[in-house]
Amino acid sequence: MDKVKKIPVPARYAINTLLLAAFLLIGNTVIASGSVSRAQSSIVLQIGIYIILAVSLNVVTGYLGQLPLGHAGFMAVGAYAGAIFWKSCTLPRPLAVILGLVLAGIVAAIFGVIIGVPALRLKGDYLAIITLGFGEIIRVIIINLPDITGGTPGLSDIPKFAKSTSFLVVFLCVIITCFAIHTLMHSRHGRAILSIRENEIAAESCGINTTYYKVMAFAFSAFFAGIAGALYAGNQGLLVPGTFDFMQSINILVMVVLGGMGSMSGSIIAATVLTALPLMLQSFSKYRMIIYSLLLIVVMIFKPSGLMGMYDFSLSRLLEKLINWKPGAKKKKPCDPEQPEGGASHE
Amino acid sequence: MLFISQLINGLQLGSIYALVALGYSMVYGIIMLLNFAHGDIIMVGGYIAMLIITAGINPAVAVVAAIVGCAVLAMVIEKIAYKPLRSAPRISLLITAIGVSMLLQNLAQLVFSANARPFPSTNIINAANLQLGSVQISVSAIVTIAVSVISMILLTLLVQKTRMGKAMRAVSEDMGAAQLMGINVDRTVSFTFAVGSVLAGIGSVLYCCRYPVLTPTMGSLLGLKAFVAAVLGGIGSIPGAMIGGFAIGLAEVFVTSIGLSEWTDGIVFAILIVVLLFRPTGFMGRSMSEKV
Repeated sequence: MDKVKKIPVPARYAINTLLLAAFLLIGNTVIASGSVSRAQSSIVLQIGIYIILAVSLNVVTGYLGQLPLGHAGFMAVGAYAGAIFWKSCTLPRPLAVILGLVLAGIVAAIFGVIIGVPALRLKGDYLAIITLGFGEIIRVIIINLPDITGGTPGLSDIPKFAKSTSFLVVFLCVIITCFAIHTLMHSRHGRAILSIRENEIAAESCGINTTYYKVMAFAFSAFFAGIAGALYAGNQGLLVPGTFDFMQSINILVMVVLGGMGSMSGSIIAATVLTALPLMLQSFSKYRMIIYSLLLIVVMIFKPSGLMGMYDFSLSRLLEKLINWKPGAKKKKPCDPEQPEGGASHE
Repeated sequence: MLFISQLINGLQLGSIYALVALGYSMVYGIIMLLNFAHGDIIMVGGYIAMLIITAGINPAVAVVAAIVGCAVLAMVIEKIAYKPLRSAPRISLLITAIGVSMLLQNLAQLVFSANARPFPSTNIINAANLQLGSVQISVSAIVTIAVSVISMILLTLLVQKTRMGKAMRAVSEDMGAAQLMGINVDRTVSFTFAVGSVLAGIGSVLYCCRYPVLTPTMGSLLGLKAFVAAVLGGIGSIPGAMIGGFAIGLAEVFVTSIGLSEWTDGIVFAILIVVLLFRPTGFMGRSMSEKV
């Protein structure tokens, strides 16, 4: 019997790191060189931002099994926190960018805890409604604090990311987000979160502190949504509260469900496709949203579990299959699924 | 005196919310679906009524056409989009409903353009305001409240006294057991959608009489508020939806009248959150017991 060959863990990390580094470098060069139009590069950056939003919402929707409808609220909190910080900050730019992103994440995570503690007492649809309510309240508050947030017309003159590094900033955040969430979900805490999704009562009777893990997943998800918000602010240079309404939350949820709940690669693919779709359909923009909504209905009717289901792509698993592949060989032992995500390499 | 006219104002708005909330609540009660497309069905009803009135046909025909149109549309949507998903995960059903909602909005935008259209409300209710002492009361408010209360009484009779109502209650209690007892579940669900949308059709005409402007997205905010009303009352409960509707309508009018109109939406949601925290299933909701 031959042994199934496996790629050692350091090599796996090395392969993934190299690929991602190459991806960042090439992407940044392409965007910075100006060989793509402004519209195209802004779509690419938006794709990155939506990937972060979808992957972070997936923690609560896919892994924890709850249904929040207020993700845009966390995005808004992060966006305004980051924007206000950048507007008033006099630190050197790279440091300011990093600090602003971290600050945005932390503020959003604090909101996540504040909202999560009461909201997570409720179940199912009531949880959905209460998070929807919180999301809307955040927006109403932003509108009604014009001295701080600029009110309805919005907050303008936010220092934008330099064109030469915007791709790097956004997609580095994408990779960090995917990596952090992947690592979390394959840790002890991640398994606790998954067990709550599978059966909350059984999880509780096994000694898992369900409230603690629910709030933790919620805060984790809010943290990255906040970072995505700050990235949005830094790319647009202008924030309007209308951006963060209920439809935005729905939009992100659609990405998660369409990609497959609990599948990170599903979220990444769906976020990419759904963000790029408007660009591809620009020639018949009149029918764009109709096609979008029909697509949504058709996918849900024929594949209710989403495009990827719970399946997650792993580059090393694929490589291992290739190494071990022999013509006519019998079915292989299933390989170890523990593997950092191929991340943004779907681009 | 201002208080009384505000009260009537609030009751008018509240009764519209209650009518719409009933549709949400009944559908939720029977297939556990948050039917996001309900608000957009109201929008379609408004456009149907507008088209018929502007074509010069009797407004009574327009009202009936709006109601029938809403009911047929809801039944078609249920057959095509929701029925294939009855055994699918609930979130897929929810996303489908969102898809239907977007589809209706964008179709309306394509057909009627995104611009606002005036609704010929004076063709339906045209009377001067009543003067009672120093209080002015609009006739349309009285008509709205009266029509809504009558609809709710009829609905209660339908649900409590008829065979179909009994079937609806049975299916919402336990779909499988109802089927075993020989109840035609598909027909009952379809009927529930139709009844909910008849109420939506009535609500749509009444709403357009109060705010005589039609836009393709008018349904989403009305739908969201009515939805909050349904949850506040306890989703799935018919009297709850009525109470929730009146509560939201009154709250909204009084918040606006004390000069906080910018905060209205926020306060509506804040009320919802506070109520849900103390009564996690709304005013009248059935509490769910956990089974192991």
